[in-house]
Amino acid sequence: MREVAVLGVGQTKFGELWDRSFREIGIEAGLEALVDAKLGSGDVHALYLGNMASGSLLSQEHIAPLILDYAGLVGRHLPAIRVEGGGASGALALHEGYLAVASGLYDYVVVGGAEKMTDVADATANQIASATADHEWEVVFGATLPALWALIARRHMHDYGTTREQLARVAVHDHEMAGKNPLAHYRNRLSVEQVVGAAPVAEPLGMLDCAPLSDGAAAVVLGPLEVARRHTDSPIRIAASEVASDTMAVQHRADITALAATAAAARRAFARARRAPADVRVAEIHDAYTISALLALEDLGFAEKGQGGPAFEAGGFGPGGRTVVNPSGGLKAQGRPFGAVGVAQVVEIVRQLRGEAKERQVAGATLGLAHDVGGTGATSVVHLLERVN
Amino acid sequence: MSIARFWRETPRRYNLGGSKCGRCGTVYFPPRAVCPACPHHRETLAQMAPFQLGGEGTVFSYTVVHEAAEGFEMQVPYVVALVKTVEGPILTGQVVDVDPASVRIGLSVRATFRKLREEGKAGVIHYGYKFAPVEPGNGSALPPRRTERAVASAPTGADRTTA
Repeated sequence: MREVAVLGVGQTKFGELWDRSFREIGIEAGLEALVDAKLGSGDVHALYLGNMASGSLLSQEHIAPLILDYAGLVGRHLPAIRVEGGGASGALALHEGYLAVASGLYDYVVVGGAEKMTDVADATANQIASATADHEWEVVFGATLPALWALIARRHMHDYGTTREQLARVAVHDHEMAGKNPLAHYRNRLSVEQVVGAAPVAEPLGMLDCAPLSDGAAAVVLGPLEVARRHTDSPIRIAASEVASDTMAVQHRADITALAATAAAARRAFARARRAPADVRVAEIHDAYTISALLALEDLGFAEKGQGGPAFEAGGFGPGGRTVVNPSGGLKAQGRPFGAVGVAQVVEIVRQLRGEAKERQVAGATLGLAHDVGGTGATSVVHLLERVN
Repeated sequence: MSIARFWRETPRRYNLGGSKCGRCGTVYFPPRAVCPACPHHRETLAQMAPFQLGGEGTVFSYTVVHEAAEGFEMQVPYVVALVKTVEGPILTGQVVDVDPASVRIGLSVRATFRKLREEGKAGVIHYGYKFAPVEPGNGSALPPRRTERAVASAPTGADRTTA
């Protein structure tokens, strides 16, 4: 296996991009990443595209060759492969791209993630997103994606004393961070009172506990580490790319207050990279719902089991903290274009490790983590990225 | 959802037909083709036997849903719970005949056969299990219906493994 580096990154604005099409945003992110990597279109060997539900959202399947075509890369008839894993589609695509370069099969691959959520009504988009849960045994009985996370939240509150205010602080944190991110969907500040007082979605979760429905795309260019200096002054090595799975339905888990897939992916990733959670200076974690972030802190090893709420409340994950979480604003405030999320997280980590994150730069970041989840945790992906000196 | 897709699950959705591993005795709902709890799970392929759940259980976790799943728009706010059955499996289902504000973890409930949702005015009506408090008046906003019958008393249909 070869060492793999991220050579270039690109990302569109996240938000309600009514004036822009799926193919437009996909191409924008990909071409930005290619330019950043100083690569011409003739150098690319393959495209991997993470996307959750273009068929349901846009009546358009078969989107990998579509994006390749409109990116002007069709003449060489390159492999173009879509990867799907619910909300973790982007991170899964990155895993596939990593494997392709590591194996030696391809030298340079573009990994994209793109989703257009706002071309359908909000209620329709939410129903489509809920298809990442178990339709036959959860959704048919009235559950939605936020309802299932609410079941997890309620039990976490019951077992560990997690409070409504501790949940709300995740959203407050994310919005504060996104204020410094020009690509973020929401850059306004929130108060704990606003989050707690927002319209209920699935109690205890309210409107402001849930990440928005966003359009957006992100892309990275991967290549062999040994030639990375030809393309960038600051190569970022992929120290680990680990995928894990769990039961499709929440009801089948021995412990619903943890995501076993996240814990497994993190355990493998830290073992492969020979590092520990305490070494991670900056992390983009899955916070589609405020409870998701607290579980992530625990399952990734940044907080003790059950102590995500108090740990977050104590401020250990904000600017100046030991591990700064979601400098981009996370899914909650940077936005949630489902299939793009996992790639966008890595774009942010790469910018942080290169020292190019401007106002939101985390000082001294050399090791970063990206964590993406599909559905209620049937898929979890952890990437560790490291600055090469 | 097509008629066939819903119809083929009726033994489970109407009668709580699960399965039990002949090697380790673990009960599953919905039924499984192999037992994930057994270390040599391939050997359980032919040993998963139909097993009927009784429908009794307690609320393990719950939420009050305000933004409905498709087909449940007319029911908001409604309670969705994880119900831990006495036989072991946890089921996801609504808790009905109760004031949503009075639902608590640990509340004793019993499965009841109800209309789940309908696909518009001319579409298919889906039936299946929901849960109601065992104690009449235990926070219940409505008196128990006389026509209501527990799923446990429903005839046990021929079972088969979910594909």
